[in-house]
Amino acid sequence: MALQIVSILLSALLTENFVMVKFYGICPFLGVSKKIETAFGMGMAVTFVMALASVFTWIANKFLLIPLELGYLQTILFILIIAGLVQFVEMFIKKSMPSLYNALGIYLPLITTNCAVLGVTLLNVQNYPDSFMFALLYGIFAALGFTLAIVLMAGIREFLDEDAVPESLRGFPITLITAGLMAIAFMGFSGFSIG
Amino acid sequence: MNWNIIAAVCVVGGVGLIFGLLLAFSAHIFAVKKDENAEKILSVLPGANCGSCGYAGCGAYAEAVSNGKAPVNGCTVGKNAVAEQIAAIMGVEADEVQECAARVMCGGDCASVVYKFEYEGIEDCKAAAKFAGGAKKCESGCLGLGHCVHVCPFGAISVKDGVAVVNEELCQACGKCIKECPKNLIKLVPKSAKHWVLCSNPEMGKYVNQYCKKGCIGCKLCEKACAFDAIHVIDNHAVIDYDKCKNCGACARKCPRGVIHDPKKTGIDNA
Repeated sequence: MALQIVSILLSALLTENFVMVKFYGICPFLGVSKKIETAFGMGMAVTFVMALASVFTWIANKFLLIPLELGYLQTILFILIIAGLVQFVEMFIKKSMPSLYNALGIYLPLITTNCAVLGVTLLNVQNYPDSFMFALLYGIFAALGFTLAIVLMAGIREFLDEDAVPESLRGFPITLITAGLMAIAFMGFSGFSIG
Repeated sequence: MNWNIIAAVCVVGGVGLIFGLLLAFSAHIFAVKKDENAEKILSVLPGANCGSCGYAGCGAYAEAVSNGKAPVNGCTVGKNAVAEQIAAIMGVEADEVQECAARVMCGGDCASVVYKFEYEGIEDCKAAAKFAGGAKKCESGCLGLGHCVHVCPFGAISVKDGVAVVNEELCQACGKCIKECPKNLIKLVPKSAKHWVLCSNPEMGKYVNQYCKKGCIGCKLCEKACAFDAIHVIDNHAVIDYDKCKNCGACARKCPRGVIHDPKKTGIDNA
């Protein structure tokens, strides 16, 4: 059990990192990675939404789609749930936690269209259709993997701004090259296996 | 009709309906009361979101004022006119806005300083500062590559003869350059003050003498010349206390190296 959790953690963080290995959520990865602070804020918002989305979509799948044999509706139903959930969460924290809203507020609507969230929910019902806890943990760990990647990227980009980058590569070109090199570096983890 | 189709329609439609109702109700329950005063204040603010009031932007400042956490005269861009409008909204008297301008605490122009090497890298202070502290031998000298010029939203800074100079009329004291200067040379000085020290070097006078003709050597002649106890040598360079300074200019006249800015003497034109 414990070993399995560690295995999920390592695979979600490193060997199957959402951004670097699976290439999910590239839009915020490139869009919100200019400063470490905002990148971390985005990472935390994604973690929050992914955990919630994992819970609700798993429930919907287990008690709605499987008994009614409507597995083919997964994608559209999950999109609906995620979009509704994000809206609700935004309203809720705006009212109850203004400081958290100020920190995450601008990122929350962006997450609705983040394919990493849809990806994690679809992988969950595929890999852990019977274990609620593993589905939730995978959602959280995958989001932490996303946070790790985006914060690392932001750290590199802060330095890139002031470094001697050739004129024609300044801005997005060098960012994409960096992302590629980071993905290659993350491939180094792919040999690990636990349990 | 096929049972599957009905079930699919019911599931998606049902979930959509539930979420729709939930959102409609929660929008009602969680509606945040808008602060009327804050909205009115926001409408009279300049809207530059420069942050010179110390808050994240005009919106944050407006909210702080309406909660009584910030003074009504906090907006240095809008000056007295805006302060009066805000005071009218809040129903209080406005104090006069203390107008400040950013000042570059370095006067080491190209002719006065010794260079360690010729810098041919990226034309940016932050990049140059990383490279052995910049080309000037003085570790706390203005690098003159104009990082502050680029960050200034009001176009108030220019580089003249290797040193950044602030245009007093354009400067709104937003403080962006202060945060960005890699040598921490820029300070806010009241606009009423006519004198400030054009050196921030913390080294002993005998070393300063070796590499900058305009550096403060900490001789303390200004301290003795000042009748108001407003200027002191701290960290081997003179520092003016603007609460005490009366703009008499005695220190600037006494200074043997022209370190203290005097509109008539140093030749650095602030306009």
